[in-house]
Amino acid sequence: MTSNPNPGPNAAGTSPAVALSAVVRHFGRFAALRGITADFARGKLYVVLGENGAGKSTLLRIVAGLLQPTSGKVSVLGCESFREAAPRVGYMGHAPLLYDELDAMENLRYFAGLYGIEDDKICAEAIGRVGLDAELKRRVGQYSQGMRQRTSLARAILHDPDLMLLDEPFSNVDITSARAMSKLLGTMRDAGKTIFVVTHQAAVMEAVADECVLISGGRITAREQGMPAYLLSPYAEARP
Amino acid sequence: MTPEPVLTTSNGASEATAPPRRIYRRPSLLAVTRSTLAKDLRMEWRSKDAINSMLFFALLVVVIFSFSFDPTAEESRRIAGGLIWVSFLFAAVVALNQTWARELRNQVLDGYRVSPAPANAMFLAKALGNFLFVAVLECLMTPLFIVFYNLRSIGPIWQLALVAALATWALVVNGTFFAAISIRTRSREIMLPLILFPISIPALIAMVDATTAILTGTETPKFWMELLAVYDIVFTTVCLSLFETVLNAE
Repeated sequence: MTSNPNPGPNAAGTSPAVALSAVVRHFGRFAALRGITADFARGKLYVVLGENGAGKSTLLRIVAGLLQPTSGKVSVLGCESFREAAPRVGYMGHAPLLYDELDAMENLRYFAGLYGIEDDKICAEAIGRVGLDAELKRRVGQYSQGMRQRTSLARAILHDPDLMLLDEPFSNVDITSARAMSKLLGTMRDAGKTIFVVTHQAAVMEAVADECVLISGGRITAREQGMPAYLLSPYAEARP
Repeated sequence: MTPEPVLTTSNGASEATAPPRRIYRRPSLLAVTRSTLAKDLRMEWRSKDAINSMLFFALLVVVIFSFSFDPTAEESRRIAGGLIWVSFLFAAVVALNQTWARELRNQVLDGYRVSPAPANAMFLAKALGNFLFVAVLECLMTPLFIVFYNLRSIGPIWQLALVAALATWALVVNGTFFAAISIRTRSREIMLPLILFPISIPALIAMVDATTAILTGTETPKFWMELLAVYDIVFTTVCLSLFETVLNAE
């Protein structure tokens, strides 16, 4: 089943979680995004797939306000300016975005403060939700890659954002933990959150994905409902 | 078949129990400045990266200068202002380069940029942190200067303390700002002094002349202290008004 790669506003009538209008992004002479126009409805879990260098992370960073588009417009949660939407957006990048010299609780306490949260219970709860122990006093620099990723996810969800942008959340995470993380994301989607997951591990998201967004050469080439079987095969080369 | 893994909350409740909807306010400038400063001090206390490198650098400068010159007490009073502030300036650059390096590791700065926290809170916290680090360095190095150069101030000590506070802020406020500009450049260790030193010349002249005036007691340091105060106010205002642009620069 293949849907229109650039559908119009969602049928629900509310403003889309993310609306992109002719978004272009150049890095020098290299065009990372070539005029993306798309709306993404609220309360859905989108899995963004594509080859290396397709523009997935660039797109996510533009939505997160970390990059400005060369041209085009981006609206996040109905706000034209990312600063207005910032309290309601959670972002997890390629790197863990954590201080190696601090433990998980100290890291989360600091980032919670950036969102006006001063309650330690909320930080402990976020750490618990990703399956880690809030009492662990080890510094993040001594964590395994998988533990860092989970702590990073805890950092991204601790302020209960309406929109979550996750870039490669399962890299270096064992399959059991990755499935647990995807299940948590499914639960959050069920609670009304909009979630974007950029990943190369489509199979992990199979059970919870609402829509797959395929990006290639800086363009959205297809949007598929659920997770089509052809995307799950590691040897798949093209859509049937 | 192995059971599906389930993430639980810290108190053992199932993840299916969604947390209650929370509405948060935007954090205040003061609260974020305080928490960022506390975080930086904690990290410095654990790693001691900045303070150790500054101390060793300043110590080397003092020892090398004392071997190079053998001044009398009167000569010492005339040249000490220059020696002290040049060595503090060079040592401060070491700490200033460390300031933002911590924020680049693991791209932590992105975590700050996507948050609703005010950009200036980050700048103020970094500048205050650097002020404290350089102030600690000055407190530790001043007795060594006194011993090595046989110094005794003829002017009042409180004026020296005031000059030290104004001069230290002049060094760190610009240093923190230009270190933020240079973090994305390829050779940032070289870039920072190249930008910082020329713009610090008026402040350096003022701090050296004020210190010399107090140590020798030959003239009043009032003009130089006023110049330092004006320099501090102007550059603090400029840095605060431009920092958000620097933070979000690509």
